[in-house]
Amino acid sequence: MSISHFIKSFTLFELWKGLAVTGSHLFQRKITVQYPEEYTPMSPRFRGLHAQRRYPNGEERCIACKLCEAICPAMAITIESEQRDDGTRRTTRYDIDMTKCIFCGFCEEACPVDAIVETHVFEYHGEKRGDLLYTKEMLLANGDMYEKEIAAARAKDAKYR
Amino acid sequence: MMEELLLSIPYVDLLPEWLVLTMANVILIVLIVLPVILHVAYLTFAERKIIGFMQIRVGPNRVGPRGWLQPIADVIKLLLKEIVIPSNANKFLFLIAPMLALIPALVAWAVIPFTDTWQLTNIDASLLFVLALTSIGVYGIIIAGWASNSKYALLGAMRSAAQMVAYEIAMGFALVGVLMAANSLNLNEIVTRQSGGVLDWYIWPLLPLFFVYFISGVAETNRAPFDIAEGESEIVAGFHVEYSGITFGLFFLAEYANMILISTLTALMFLGGWLPPFDIPLLNMVPGFAWLWLKVALFLFFYLWLRATFPRYRYDQIMRLGWKVLIPVTLVWIGIVGVAQQTQWGYLFH
Repeated sequence: MSISHFIKSFTLFELWKGLAVTGSHLFQRKITVQYPEEYTPMSPRFRGLHAQRRYPNGEERCIACKLCEAICPAMAITIESEQRDDGTRRTTRYDIDMTKCIFCGFCEEACPVDAIVETHVFEYHGEKRGDLLYTKEMLLANGDMYEKEIAAARAKDAKYR
Repeated sequence: MMEELLLSIPYVDLLPEWLVLTMANVILIVLIVLPVILHVAYLTFAERKIIGFMQIRVGPNRVGPRGWLQPIADVIKLLLKEIVIPSNANKFLFLIAPMLALIPALVAWAVIPFTDTWQLTNIDASLLFVLALTSIGVYGIIIAGWASNSKYALLGAMRSAAQMVAYEIAMGFALVGVLMAANSLNLNEIVTRQSGGVLDWYIWPLLPLFFVYFISGVAETNRAPFDIAEGESEIVAGFHVEYSGITFGLFFLAEYANMILISTLTALMFLGGWLPPFDIPLLNMVPGFAWLWLKVALFLFFYLWLRATFPRYRYDQIMRLGWKVLIPVTLVWIGIVGVAQQTQWGYLFH
């Protein structure tokens, strides 16, 4: 044991150095975000609650191609479809089980008509079993409610797509 | 003092003398224990705040203005929670253990002088009394670990016992240095001997003993970085894994009451207790209690600072530090003090 090591350990040198680090942090500006009042900045690519979009004339975009159902790694999407009277193929059932969904955004990427999208909404909850099973009507309602934000986020991200 | 105050109330002097005396003492005890418990509550708050600040967080700030009601909410939560008793636990010992941990931590306050006159009892060997009581506290932990009938609790209790044995010796030897310098076992006397100013405090002649005492004090109270008895990462919560609700709350209370006790003792024996740092009229006007409070707060801050800074010691490292570093250091310094007091250098150690 060298003499400098001896002095260092008996003056608690290393320990004081450690205390100095935490001591200086005591006076640093705190980086906590007070969540319900404050938000961190959110990317236009944020993947939150799902929504089904409509065309401006009110027609639903989804053409029941089932690409989203096929790509969904969590198998959270269930689709049933039929031919409507005007000859187009439409879904009769479009369920997303949010308890299975992993919010990977593959469904949105797979969609050829930009029908299924993920919005910026992340503050939602269910109180009963089944509350988080989103049906076609609920998804369309989400789309109607957040269409402005959805369109704005898509427009912002358009040049990188 | 309190007795005369009671007797000045009409009709009290008609009561038998023993009753008045008991009433006076009970009032004094409440006057000591209640502030101690309040300090414990707000020490937990200070701990969360200070450690939060050191981690660049803000700490609890939701309950009440700026979080000031957080400890109250914690106490209510602990009181309302269910006390779960493990099916094969020794019920009697399981329930008595938290009380065994808490009671010595509170009883020791009976002999702590807050100023030269504010003291419940001024007994001759108060230092010995405190040392004896702080040693009893470990029985609560050992019994809790044993009575829980859980391997983690048993391991925590065994670690705690081994740690206590090692550090109690270093702590005792550090106190031997103090009483050699003060020539007295009476806490009041020890503080009075340090009067004069900062330079007369025992921290200077007994600097190594001061460090040894505080480090073993941290170890004695099972606080980080010596908290192997709890050791969340290996043995879940050590001796109090099986405790819930207010039984856990009592252990919590005991731990923090012990922290305050050790800080107070350190302030009394090494930093001149209630004495102001300079013997000038302006500082002498400040009540002695305030000086003691400030010194205790300083040590408590160190407790929290240490916890925010250092990782937990490994078990064998704790044993090595206790037996091979702290005890030899105290022995050497006691030897130096003893030799100096028999030669012309004795004035350095008085």
